[in-house]
Amino acid sequence: MANKAPGIPSIADLIAKVKSGEIFKEISKQITESQVWTSSFRHGYADTPRNRVLQIASNVWLHLHPVKMHRHALRIKFTWCMGGITFLLFLSTVVTGVILMFYYRPVGEYAYYDMKYLQYDVPFGMLMRNMHRWAAHAMVITVWLHMFRVFLTGSYKPPREFNWVIGVFLVTFTLLLSFTGYLLPWDQLAMWAVTVGTNMARATPFLGNEGPFAEYVGVTPRYDARSILLGGSLVGPPALLRFYVLHCIFIPLVAGALMIVHFWRIRKDGGISGPL
Amino acid sequence: MAVAPKKQVEATPEKVHVWPYLVRLEFMCAILVILALTVWSIGIDAPLEEAANPTKTPNPSKAPWYFLGLQDILVYFDPWFAGVVAPVLIIVGLMLIPYLDINPKGNGYYTYEERKLAIWVYCFGFLVLWIALIIMGVFLRGPGWNLFMPWQYWDPHKVVALTSVDLPYALGVRTYNMAMLVGGIVICGYFAVGTGVYFFMERKAIKYVGFLRMFLKIQLYLIMIGIVIKIVLRLGFNIKYVWVTPWFNI
Repeated sequence: MANKAPGIPSIADLIAKVKSGEIFKEISKQITESQVWTSSFRHGYADTPRNRVLQIASNVWLHLHPVKMHRHALRIKFTWCMGGITFLLFLSTVVTGVILMFYYRPVGEYAYYDMKYLQYDVPFGMLMRNMHRWAAHAMVITVWLHMFRVFLTGSYKPPREFNWVIGVFLVTFTLLLSFTGYLLPWDQLAMWAVTVGTNMARATPFLGNEGPFAEYVGVTPRYDARSILLGGSLVGPPALLRFYVLHCIFIPLVAGALMIVHFWRIRKDGGISGPL
Repeated sequence: MAVAPKKQVEATPEKVHVWPYLVRLEFMCAILVILALTVWSIGIDAPLEEAANPTKTPNPSKAPWYFLGLQDILVYFDPWFAGVVAPVLIIVGLMLIPYLDINPKGNGYYTYEERKLAIWVYCFGFLVLWIALIIMGVFLRGPGWNLFMPWQYWDPHKVVALTSVDLPYALGVRTYNMAMLVGGIVICGYFAVGTGVYFFMERKAIKYVGFLRMFLKIQLYLIMIGIVIKIVLRLGFNIKYVWVTPWFNI
């Protein structure tokens, strides 16, 4: 009698259905044959080789990929996913950074108070700031790990030498992006970290006023490599504006252009490296 | 569901479609990373200290953490080297790697056996000279850039005796010009002897590797080793400079 009653299936039956995967087929069938689904989507996706190719080749975002790849390059043990994660973190900083730019003015009088405003008054301002900062720090780490992985797999070897060189530029620009952004909160941490960092520029041989051979070039504290970087002889409002422009416009554009070349060369050099 | 023709599959056994195999991986990975970033950002706030004040220098003043390896090198070298020449050498040296390492083995797979030296050099540079120095700079350097163990109080009045002397002085040279000469001989001799020994040891490989490649390679090795030697000289023997000149000190 109990077997005939519809409605309450026995636990054992249910477990068997989950184990065999039958239940998922049943649920997906119920969904895709429902009136809402069939009225929304005009036809299904047939999983054919042709469609798999078209998914990549006819999609503006996905066509960066090849349509086929070596199986070994899928293994996370091989790639560590670090290049892709670095790019994703870069995109996260772009999105959160643009939002932050709506609220932040790179002016000595305003910058710090705009930070306070962002943190305490702007809805989700603190979260945006946190995501921007942590993504930037994480990006520094992931780009180093990516480089380490590429070295360990010997992926810089022919024909990929030039892409390694582009990659070294990108590591450098990642650090410079992070460093220029470090000044923008305009707090003690920012000002003095950038002071320590940019003080090095005045020791540049020939071009810094305290550097070797500077006396033969005639540079002064007000006119040398450091003062050009800072727009003055100390980290002040002109430096803030300079770092802001470098951080938001110049370096992202250069790094973006190099990323385009970097990704394009992966394809042109025969895809992700692998045993020959 | 159509199955790929058997012949085609057999011809490319190693190849798979990027859709769905790679795209789904990237998708999962992206979700995990964004999730982790969001949770982390909800939980931990980015630091914001008091407003910038050019009249109030914090002690210690530290560069952003990723530059603390270089800042730590400042203990052993003058700023022109630690802050300018060393970073440039790191960048240029890294770019030269594919052109200096012409070992055809180990291209596209993990191997230690087939390229031991390359792996050792990179791991030493990255893990010791870069990462370990960063960890030291972040956690162990306190006021006055003095060394503090994690359990020690950061005493801003810690007194550390400055007893370091220059190498020529330690060798008994007392006049400025003699010291400059001795220092110059030591530094130039180090590079000359190092290069000579390397070329002699690798004399059979010169034809295969090429003179310029070999020369650049050994200069970069010698600089890397030289940095370690300088650290040891400073920490172990209280040597400040090896070569003092009117223009620069090493």
